[in-house]
Amino acid sequence: MRHSPALALFLVLIAATVATAADKTITMPADDTYAALRPGPGAETARQQCVACHSTDYIVMQPRGTAKQWESVVTKMVKVFGAPVSEQDAKTIVEYLATQYGSQ
Amino acid sequence: MSEVSRRDVLRRLAGLGTLLASGGLGDPPPAVAQADPVLAGRPLVRYPEKTDLILLTSRPPQLETPMKYFDRAITPNEAFFVRYHVFPIPLEVDLATWRLRVTGQVDRPLALSLDDLKTKFPRAAVTAVNQCSGNSRGRFAPRVLGGQWGDGAMGNAEWVGARLKDILAAAGLRQGAVQATFDGLDKPAFPAVPDFVKSLDIARIMDDPDVLVAYQMNGAPLPMLNGYPARLIVPGWYATYWVKNLSEIEVVDHAFEKFWMKPAYRIPDTACGCVAPGTAPARTVPIHRMTVRSFIAAPEPGTRLRANQATTLKGIAFDGGSGIREVQVSDDDGATWRQARLGTDLGRYSFREWSAAWTPSRPGPTRIMVRAVNAIGESQGREPLWNPAGYLRNVVERVDLRVE
Repeated sequence: MRHSPALALFLVLIAATVATAADKTITMPADDTYAALRPGPGAETARQQCVACHSTDYIVMQPRGTAKQWESVVTKMVKVFGAPVSEQDAKTIVEYLATQYGSQ
Repeated sequence: MSEVSRRDVLRRLAGLGTLLASGGLGDPPPAVAQADPVLAGRPLVRYPEKTDLILLTSRPPQLETPMKYFDRAITPNEAFFVRYHVFPIPLEVDLATWRLRVTGQVDRPLALSLDDLKTKFPRAAVTAVNQCSGNSRGRFAPRVLGGQWGDGAMGNAEWVGARLKDILAAAGLRQGAVQATFDGLDKPAFPAVPDFVKSLDIARIMDDPDVLVAYQMNGAPLPMLNGYPARLIVPGWYATYWVKNLSEIEVVDHAFEKFWMKPAYRIPDTACGCVAPGTAPARTVPIHRMTVRSFIAAPEPGTRLRANQATTLKGIAFDGGSGIREVQVSDDDGATWRQARLGTDLGRYSFREWSAAWTPSRPGPTRIMVRAVNAIGESQGREPLWNPAGYLRNVVERVDLRVE
């Protein structure tokens, strides 16, 4: 990397300013992509709606489930965790999960 | 260098390490323990103030400690597991404005700075295990929903802080105070999402001088992801009560039963906290005291050993606060057991190190098993117990080795 000394000093000053604004500051990595959702009908709806609250690894790590089990998971997200997902999108997501991550 | 480009560099360096180690192109990113079906494929990741940990989930973050760290009693802060429930989590804390507020059924509401916690209350210390209720959930059969942890959602540290009973006494408990609730800086993105709030009985708090508001972990400030600047310490009880980045304590005149106390974090109301696999309990109670567990950290599974050559088996044992009396190992599938040597006693809430000299006698696959007995005679079962939420696991543990 070839930065000028002035730019380097500027960056150090910025970093120092940020560091003194709080006693502890961390920067979290972006969501890891090791658990990307499988492609298929509804994948994009599932991704968009689910990642509003959590990374996709929460989905991929779960045991395979029946449509009924996935429906209860999605219903829990909406009813208990207050996820703002429309009825139509919830249906699409359940179908997607039951197809791609189904047990039957 | 920005955080993004720094991470890029780290990631590339990590990738280079893998490339050098494997001597080939096109390998998957660094992953752990491919032989372990629960951990297979999960990457090792490096989060702020943390060393390489096993990624369970990115957001909210859940990171698991590799088994190699459990060959010793104290878990390093940088290797200590991480588990948050709601997002966003706190990314910065300014001590000039951070306060621990104590409100509700008290005569004198408090707003304590970190300095207040350190100077206005006697300093107390306890070495205690912090274990997620769902540690080892990934091993349940039949499988259950929830974080599919391996065995690394646990750690042991020396915690220093102020006693919770002293803080509540300073606030002045009113007649009729029943429970205290605990809330941290992690707040859900949507108002409808239940905030992570836990509760403890006032009687339990006032009777137990080891329940702390800790501001120090193994001699250092807490890592942000383990609860900076202060967290609740509830020795002997599962980590769900050890609220991180603690900011609010409210004394209430009733049993608090919001989401994270009910229906979440409940166990069957049976003597074992278990039910027949695949069935639902008739009644449940909040999860509380930890079961007896022991683990073999060395040698690692799959290690090749020579027959007639002595080696040392090592690991840790712990329970819910009675203290470990005995650790036993077996190399014949549990037909016979012999006593391991116990390490230094760091208190009844701590990991207890154990070790045993062992000389394999004949070549072939060999299974080493370990079990612990606590001071009141509780031990570990040969068959795992089961409950629908995947809690309390404490089956006899094993590692499979190869003797040549």
